[in-house]
Amino acid sequence: MEILVQNIFNALQWGSFYALIALGYTLVYGVLLLINFAHGDIFMVGAYIAFFLTTFFLGEYGVIAPGSLAGVTILMLAVPLTMILTSMVGVTLERVAYRPLRDKGAHRLYVVITALMCGLILENGNLALLGASRKKFPELLEKTVWTFGNVSVTNLKVMVIFAALLVFLFLQFVVTRTKTGMAMRAISYDKFAIPLMGIPINNIIVFTFILGSGFAGLAGLLFAMSYPILEPYMGALIGWKAFIAAVVGGIGDIRGAFLGGFLLAFVEIGVVAVFPSTLRDLMAFSVLLIILWWKPTGLFGIAKTTKI
Amino acid sequence: MQKHSFKLLLFVFSLGLILAAHFQFIDQYVITVIMLMGINIILSSSLNVVNGYMGEFSCGHAGFMCVGAYVSSVLSVILFTKDRIFGAPLLAPDLSLFLFPGVILIGGLVAALAGLLVALPSFKTRGDYLAIITIAANYIIISGIENLDIIGGPRGFQGMKRVINAMEDRLDIPWMLLWVVLGTIFSVWVIRRFVASTYGKGIIAICQDEVAAEIMSVNTNKMKVAAFMLSSGLAGIAGGLFAHVYGYVNPQSFNILKSTECLVMVYLGGMASLSGSVLSAVIFTLLIEALRFVIPELNALAHHLRVIPESYEIGQVWKWVIIPLILILTMQFRPEGLMGARELGDFFPFLKRFYRNRTTE
Repeated sequence: MEILVQNIFNALQWGSFYALIALGYTLVYGVLLLINFAHGDIFMVGAYIAFFLTTFFLGEYGVIAPGSLAGVTILMLAVPLTMILTSMVGVTLERVAYRPLRDKGAHRLYVVITALMCGLILENGNLALLGASRKKFPELLEKTVWTFGNVSVTNLKVMVIFAALLVFLFLQFVVTRTKTGMAMRAISYDKFAIPLMGIPINNIIVFTFILGSGFAGLAGLLFAMSYPILEPYMGALIGWKAFIAAVVGGIGDIRGAFLGGFLLAFVEIGVVAVFPSTLRDLMAFSVLLIILWWKPTGLFGIAKTTKI
Repeated sequence: MQKHSFKLLLFVFSLGLILAAHFQFIDQYVITVIMLMGINIILSSSLNVVNGYMGEFSCGHAGFMCVGAYVSSVLSVILFTKDRIFGAPLLAPDLSLFLFPGVILIGGLVAALAGLLVALPSFKTRGDYLAIITIAANYIIISGIENLDIIGGPRGFQGMKRVINAMEDRLDIPWMLLWVVLGTIFSVWVIRRFVASTYGKGIIAICQDEVAAEIMSVNTNKMKVAAFMLSSGLAGIAGGLFAHVYGYVNPQSFNILKSTECLVMVYLGGMASLSGSVLSAVIFTLLIEALRFVIPELNALAHHLRVIPESYEIGQVWKWVIIPLILILTMQFRPEGLMGARELGDFFPFLKRFYRNRTTE
């Protein structure tokens, strides 16, 4: 029983990371119908930005006296700054790589390939510039462990889960209740009629990228705090998995991405709890494949009717 | 004569290549690059059947390559060599000379069966949902092989070099080069015949409008199975050749990065352009190898001009920054790939005129 509760908490934490990244995938997809394969690497960039920000505030570079800021203050500063800087990376990619292609009317899949290439550049550029040595993320918060019986929960875990939940509620509100959100949904519905309605299509797209990349940055910061070893390829696998989670939930739907992330995490942790851990990917992906077989458009996806 | 000039040219070229390798006019490095080029040609043109001609987005091509590589390597090791795990050879090692193509083809067949894993869900779903199924299939295949301890698991599998050595003991010619050249010609020929046939036109019809194709009496489900199985089967052949060229396979060398390479070659060459795929595979392979020599020069130049700090060296890591950058720039200037949906004959009309009686036969 206690093992079960402990595993549920672990799954909730992993699910939060998957959900935060999957939300970014699903936002961009919902608007542009573009699989932004660079998203996992934007998450990685977010983690590195968070690393440099925190070490900067901790006084590693001599600008700020070491120890002059408390850990909580640094975290308070690092969260918004990481989100802003990471969203700038995302928007830069959109402006430099995706938009020119879109304007030229290139096939959608060429934009997808460009996104893949951007991801590779971010990964390997990082490796080339910063070297292969792994970075150790400094500890900001004092670790508090709450123990109930044999179940132990750290404050960080609770924070991660709450952050994911808040981001989900915020995005759900933005997409379904605001004018901007309505414009975002409208663009995916009909790209040609929207400019005629007086909606600035490019601004909406940039806004989408700001949201998606900003929360990927937040996920990077939280991930770096939970698993404090940073390396350039950390975003690749988690990014692919989060994308799969988004699709299983029904890509383009905020609730789907959120639930898909947790579903994937629960399946993975469940498999590891019962079988040897090397079978994790095999079993998890097989389960997802079966779900997609049974519901080809994902849990929340709506099948598009084909017009004749 | 005119009708057969292309075949003749190809034959003379392949023979020249093998003779040059046999009499050591070209060294082992060049031969390896040429073999790699052939394998890349098979990979990109076979992926083009699904991603280009059928307009789907399959991004797990390396998974099928992995199946082909493992099946054919295990088979050839069991059949022709004395192995620690599998024991004495079942057949005389000399027979490998004749049965090797069969082994590679069986690898391709099993890979084609693995292609069903992707083909069957494609009945109900299309586009990005299918993309995810292919990625998941890639992960499942790799993870499955990593958990099979009898064939090495994550440590990889080796012993194929002994099969090649057995062939070379019997008759000393560059066998692997011969098989790769034959495999490449065979694959491109099969794809060419398939997409130019009335039967194969069905997949182009599916790409343009699935519903309309079905109304026009194209059996869409059957065509999808055919396209996926052909594509993955040829990928399996490429994998089998790949395994025997290096003599060692590891599940992780067929991961999603390898699939990305295949995708890049297809979209660089242009969707639904067979000659584009061949061309882009050649260019891509040459680019990777050329950067191996260019990067140290670049490093020396940068140090000479003092644009980078003394302590920093531009290493081979930059290769995978430069290649995507080149590709992104290519995409910006030619958003439809090198060839678009056209073939070589559309660019050089005299080629088309020259082969007119061939196309109308």
